[in-house]
Amino acid sequence: MLKIENLTKIYRGGKIAVDKLNLDIQEGELIAFIGTSGSGKTTALRMINRMVEPTSGRMTLNGKDLTKMNAVTLRRSIGYVIQQIGLMPHMTIRENITLVPQLLKWPKEKKDETARRLIEMVNLPESYLDLYPAQLSGGQQQRIGVLRALAANQDIILMDEPFGALDPITRDTLQDLIKDLQQRLKKTIIFVTHDMDEAIKLADRIAIMHEGKLIQFDTPDNILAAPANDFVKEFIGSHRLIQQKPNIKTVDEVMIKPISITIEKSLDEAIRLMVEKRVDTLFVTDGDNRLQGYLDVESFTGARKTKRSVSECYEKDIFYVKTGSKLQDSVRRILKRNLKNIPVVDEEHHLVGLVTRANIVDIVYDTIWGDEEPTTSSEGQTVSDSFRELISG
Amino acid sequence: MQDMSQMSATDQFIFYMQENGLYVFNQFLDHFLISIYGVLLAALVGIPIGIFISKYGKASNVVITLANIIQTIPALALMAILMLVLGLGKTTVIVTVFFYSLLPIIKNTYVGITTINKGVTDAGRGMGMTKTQVLYMIELPLSLSVMITGIRIALVIAIGITAIGAFIGAGGLGDIIIRGTNATDRTAIIMAGALPTALMAILSDILLGAIERQLDPVKRQQKKVISPM
Repeated sequence: MLKIENLTKIYRGGKIAVDKLNLDIQEGELIAFIGTSGSGKTTALRMINRMVEPTSGRMTLNGKDLTKMNAVTLRRSIGYVIQQIGLMPHMTIRENITLVPQLLKWPKEKKDETARRLIEMVNLPESYLDLYPAQLSGGQQQRIGVLRALAANQDIILMDEPFGALDPITRDTLQDLIKDLQQRLKKTIIFVTHDMDEAIKLADRIAIMHEGKLIQFDTPDNILAAPANDFVKEFIGSHRLIQQKPNIKTVDEVMIKPISITIEKSLDEAIRLMVEKRVDTLFVTDGDNRLQGYLDVESFTGARKTKRSVSECYEKDIFYVKTGSKLQDSVRRILKRNLKNIPVVDEEHHLVGLVTRANIVDIVYDTIWGDEEPTTSSEGQTVSDSFRELISG
Repeated sequence: MQDMSQMSATDQFIFYMQENGLYVFNQFLDHFLISIYGVLLAALVGIPIGIFISKYGKASNVVITLANIIQTIPALALMAILMLVLGLGKTTVIVTVFFYSLLPIIKNTYVGITTINKGVTDAGRGMGMTKTQVLYMIELPLSLSVMITGIRIALVIAIGITAIGAFIGAGGLGDIIIRGTNATDRTAIIMAGALPTALMAILSDILLGAIERQLDPVKRQQKKVISPM
C-alpha cells in the first residue's frame, strides 16, 4: 500500500536525519517506528505527510507519488496525532473533531453526525461535544486527538509518540483503544515511540531505527527471536529476550472454563450457582454467550433486598482480553489493575475463557520447577529473571 | 456674577463645569478622537508588521529595536520635530500618537503569535491547513486578546500624549490645562482639564480590559466550566 524507497532527509548544515529508508507497508498494518532520540524516527514519520520535505527518495501510496502531490491535499487525506495533543483551545470538542471535514467543506449535518458517531466510539458522552479542550483531562483530550485523525475517513494515520505525555494507566487504556479502533476500522497506522513495551504490545511490525538508518523491520516475535545485531539486542533489553522463551504464549493455552450466568436470571439463581461452583464472581452474558459484565459477591450483598434480577445489579465495567493475546499482556494487566481475574473473549465478544491469578501461579510454578533442566547456574539466572518479570509485570 | 475668590477650589471647579460644560465636552471628544485616530492608524500598520515579523524571526529584532528607539524620544521633542514637517495642528499630534502606539501594538502582536503552543499550530498544519488558514483559524483568534492588550496600552499612552499636543495647537483637554497653568490661582481650570483626561484614560483601560477578557480563549471558558469528571 505505502511504499517508501530510499527516503532521505539531510538538514541544512549536512546532518543526515534519515538515510535511505526503505519500507513496504501493507494495508491495515500497525507499524511502530522505534529508536533512541535523534534516530530519525520522527523525521521519517513527518516526511510521510510532508511536514518535513524529503531531500530525496520516493513515497508511493497505492501507486500515487506522494512527493509530487500538493502537500495540503495530502495532509487532509492522512490522519495526524501528536504528542502535545494540539487541540485548538478556542474551538469546542465538536469543532476540533470535525476540523478536517471543515477544511474539506462538508455540509453541517454530515459533520455533526460524524462527531456524534466518533465520540460514541471512545466511550465519552455526547454532551462533551460542546465543551472546550481545557475542560477535559489529558487522556480524554488525546482521545479527541485520535478521533480528529479519523474524522475524514483517512486511510493512513500517523502518530508521533501519541501517548508520551500521559500517565501509565491512561496510556494503557489508550493503547487498547488504538488497537481496538485499528482492528475495527482496518486503518493503517504508523506510530513513533521510544517505549519497547508499547511497540511490542501494539505493532504488527516494528521498524527499529538508529542514527537515521533502518536496522530491522519485522514482527515483534521475529525481532525478539532473532535480533539483527547487538544494538537491537541492547535496545530490546535482555529481560524481554528471556521473557520470550517460555513455551506458553497465548492466553488460549492457559485459560480455564469460566462460570457464567445469563442476564435475565434472578439473583437467587446467581447465588445458588456461586455456592455450587464455589466461586465469588460470575460472568454475565446475553443469550448468545456475549460478555456483558460480571457479578461480584461484593456487588450484591447489599442489593439483595431491593433488587431481584442479575440485569439490575451486574457491573458493566469489565476488562477483558481477546483470544490470541499474549499471556504476558494479560498478566501485566491483571497485576497493574489489581484484578482477580480477566475474561477472554473471541472476535464476536463471546465469552470463551478465563485467566485467574491462580492460573498465573501455575505458570510461574511450571516455569521454575516444571521443566527444570540439568544445566544449572546460567539457567537458574534465566528462570528467576522471567519469574521476576511475571511478578512485576 | 459671583465672587470667585470667596469659593473653594472644588466649588470653583463645579461652577466652571456648569458654565463651560459643553466646551469641556467638545474638547473631551476632540481629545478622544485624536488619540483614537492615532492608535487605529498604528493598529492598521502595526498588526500586519507584527504578524510579518512573527513569521520571519530575523526581521523581528530590527523592527522591535526601531520601535523601541522611537519610544525613547520625549513626546514633546518628537512633536516638535514632526511639526517642522507637518506644521501646527491636529495632524501632527495624530502622527505622534501613531509613532508611540507602534511599539506596544507590534510587540504584542508578535508576542501573541509566537507564544501560541507549537503543538496547536503543528496540528493545524498537519491536518492540512494552508498558511492563510493557520493564520485566520489559529494564530489570530488565539493571539487576539494579547493584541488588544497592546492596543489598550497604546491608547492610554496616546491620551497622555494628546494632552501635550495642545502646545502645538491641536486642541483637546490639554488646551484647558495650559490655560489653567497660565492663569493665576486657577486650580479649578487645571482640574477641569486634568480630571476628564484621567477619567478618559481609566475608562478606556477598563473597557478594553473587559474586551480583552472576553476574547481570551482560556479565561472565557473558565466561566462556563460544567465541572467535567
